[in-house]
Amino acid sequence: MPKLNQEAELGKLRQDIVSKRDPNKPCITICSGTGCHAYGSEKVASAFMEELEKQGLGEKIDLRRTGCHGFCERGTLVVIYPEETCYLRVQPEDAPDVVQSVREKRIIDRLLYTDPITGEKIVRESEIPFYKYQERIIFGDNRKIDPQNIDDYIALGGYSALPKVLFEMTPDEVLTEIKKSNLRGRGGGGFPTGRKWESTKNAPGEPKYVIVNCDEGDPGAYMNRSLMEGNPHSVLEGLIIGAYAMGSHEGFIYVRAEYPLAVDNVRLAIKQAEEHGLLGENILGSGFDFKIEVHQGAGAFVSGESSALMTAIEGRVGEPRPKYIHTSEKGIWDKPSDLNNVETWANIPFIINKGVSWFNSIGTDRSKGTKIFALVGKVNNTGLVEMPLGATLRDIIYKIGGGIPGGKKFKAVQTGGPSGGCIPEAYLDSPIDFDELTKLGSMMGSGGMIVMDEDTCVVDVARYFLNVLRDESCGKCVPCREGIRQMLRIFNRITEGKGEEGDIELLEEISEVMRDSSLCALGQTAPNPALTTFKYFRDEYEAHIREKRCPAGVCKALISYYIDPNKCQACMICLRDCPAGAIEGGKNLIHVINQEKCTKCGTCLEVCPPRFDAVRRMSGEPIPVPIPQEERVISRKEKQ
Amino acid sequence: MKEVTLEIDGKEVKVKEGTTLLEAAKTVGVEIPTLCYHEKLEPYGACRICSVEIKSGNRTRLVAACVYPVEEGLVVNTKSERVAKTRKMLLELMLARAPSAKKIEDLAYEYGVDKARFEKESFFCILCGLCVRYCAEVKKKNAITFIGRGTEREVMFIPEIASRECPSCQECFDLCPTDGLRANFLLAQALTF
Repeated sequence: MPKLNQEAELGKLRQDIVSKRDPNKPCITICSGTGCHAYGSEKVASAFMEELEKQGLGEKIDLRRTGCHGFCERGTLVVIYPEETCYLRVQPEDAPDVVQSVREKRIIDRLLYTDPITGEKIVRESEIPFYKYQERIIFGDNRKIDPQNIDDYIALGGYSALPKVLFEMTPDEVLTEIKKSNLRGRGGGGFPTGRKWESTKNAPGEPKYVIVNCDEGDPGAYMNRSLMEGNPHSVLEGLIIGAYAMGSHEGFIYVRAEYPLAVDNVRLAIKQAEEHGLLGENILGSGFDFKIEVHQGAGAFVSGESSALMTAIEGRVGEPRPKYIHTSEKGIWDKPSDLNNVETWANIPFIINKGVSWFNSIGTDRSKGTKIFALVGKVNNTGLVEMPLGATLRDIIYKIGGGIPGGKKFKAVQTGGPSGGCIPEAYLDSPIDFDELTKLGSMMGSGGMIVMDEDTCVVDVARYFLNVLRDESCGKCVPCREGIRQMLRIFNRITEGKGEEGDIELLEEISEVMRDSSLCALGQTAPNPALTTFKYFRDEYEAHIREKRCPAGVCKALISYYIDPNKCQACMICLRDCPAGAIEGGKNLIHVINQEKCTKCGTCLEVCPPRFDAVRRMSGEPIPVPIPQEERVISRKEKQ
Repeated sequence: MKEVTLEIDGKEVKVKEGTTLLEAAKTVGVEIPTLCYHEKLEPYGACRICSVEIKSGNRTRLVAACVYPVEEGLVVNTKSERVAKTRKMLLELMLARAPSAKKIEDLAYEYGVDKARFEKESFFCILCGLCVRYCAEVKKKNAITFIGRGTEREVMFIPEIASRECPSCQECFDLCPTDGLRANFLLAQALTF
């Protein structure tokens, strides 16, 4: 590939790529994002490749392995263009049938999405409710692009914002556009991106650095990963534009090493962009130079914090700096360094191409544009969701997520990972934007959204997040390290039934000091899951502490299983399945749980046939005394 | 360098730009307690015991005095209720971690930490990092370092370097606010050198 030396050459390349592609030629796209990969999309893709060969259709039907489509719950996802026929849960064995059906222009009913209410089959991907109600801008091209092929990105108009910036705008004009767009950082705090850029641009010192933060680490969140894996060029294009605006000639992409596919794809993308003259020296003949280095993180959550991330890039242990100076002014090697999240960077080409007024038309008053959320937990349709800011939690959880599985009741949604909080049902209609979530005591974070149903114990959830931070705090400052240690201890006590009056108040006292005096945001926000659950679910804490009862029936030390002798039919099922051998009884002998041996795994409750419904989970009440041995015999009527 | 005027505990202070609040307070006789601070070392901001309350505009917040640089017109309160409450909790947390550290006990007494509400641990070290930083910054030997993360963080001698350098130096022992370092060293020596 000869380097493109002018804007016109890029335009010509785009035309060439597009003209060689017949929009009516069938193309089978196979999602190869993380979720589908785990479902075995690799095997599905090989099966399709073999089958195309076998049926001699290699020339007539294209095959494309794309980035994450988002509907991860139903992987492996296969979409056939131009009809946009969407097949779910595709297995390697389905390949022959699917390939044949493409040739015959036939639809395979059994692989389609079935509407859970109407039972109607839905053919087109965009009409499946999960996709229908989304507004996919940043994430939209993921499913159409082979991330390892730059041509795919270019064909869809990729790298068209870059020449516009390089040849038609001054760096100041670019900065003004981003400032006017009111774009806010997608990584956590929601700081205005334009202001951050401005501060780096104006800070004294050379060189200046620009950095992509792909150290995503919230439990359950994987939107940055999917964007980096699925459409790395969109991030690169944003980064190059930012570098131009700020006068930077060197950039870093910080990706955690646990994201190997993201590392591979972005490295390849950089190589391809360099080969095309879109990166490196004299980009597109404009005279602007910019190079990018990929830095792999060693898996520390705290390295997502800007100063810790920069310390890690310098080659030292990723710990936050105590200095009260923004990294945008003094970052890597004390040089001005602008750090933005993957998703923030991916927004830039869109803002340049479509304009500020378009961007400002999406979202709420103070939060513009869309946001990608990782919708996980107790929800029917888990996956990645992109919505305009200002959409309600109810829209996301019910319209797109399809509600709570198994007819269970919604309890709370946890946003923002270990720094966020639990939001109860009363606020389901709150618009989601940076400020609203903060008002509720939670935060946007990078967009993680964990849905919880009535079987979730919020005390246990708050305990879980503290336990995550116990490992993930760097351990440098006292309030964070020792605060988490003591908070976790108290939480452990409460969930073990050893909670005492005054525990909540003590936890609140520690929380306040952690918020006030921790060195970095990790410690300052660490109490959030606890504080929001105190606020919205205080009665559950009180039940644990005062009544030694876990209302959700989760905390093992506070629950017991009991077989109702009046209902037990001595069917032997639970007795056989109990992994602890804790159930006594026999054929025609009513079963009784030996509470000493019981490990409270809940198997008996799960396996007891619903028509008997004899096993009960109890909490906060005494277990009835087992009936005497002699009364346990069941006399059944002889079969006639 | 430019001179900056600010107010600390009601006293007007004039110092050079770039001075920290801790240094500025000293010039007017305002004592701020410290544990991880040492004049020969880079400010570390880890113990947070030097937290003070600052007011700029209508906002007040706590900052670590050992790191925070002076600002024109800044109003600093080193003894506010919020500061006292924070220091008290921090001391309570440290006391639970290292119950037999004399310096912590003294400070705890001063700030009225009378009851120990937390389960006690038996660490000797409060992880202030004076030894680690002194060895790295002043002696440039790196014979002692932090290992682990989060609540598992601890200080450890690196046997290969420590066996060579420490017997004749031991300058960090006197910096340790807890006496734990000498014991740690003897233990390391017995087990690994």
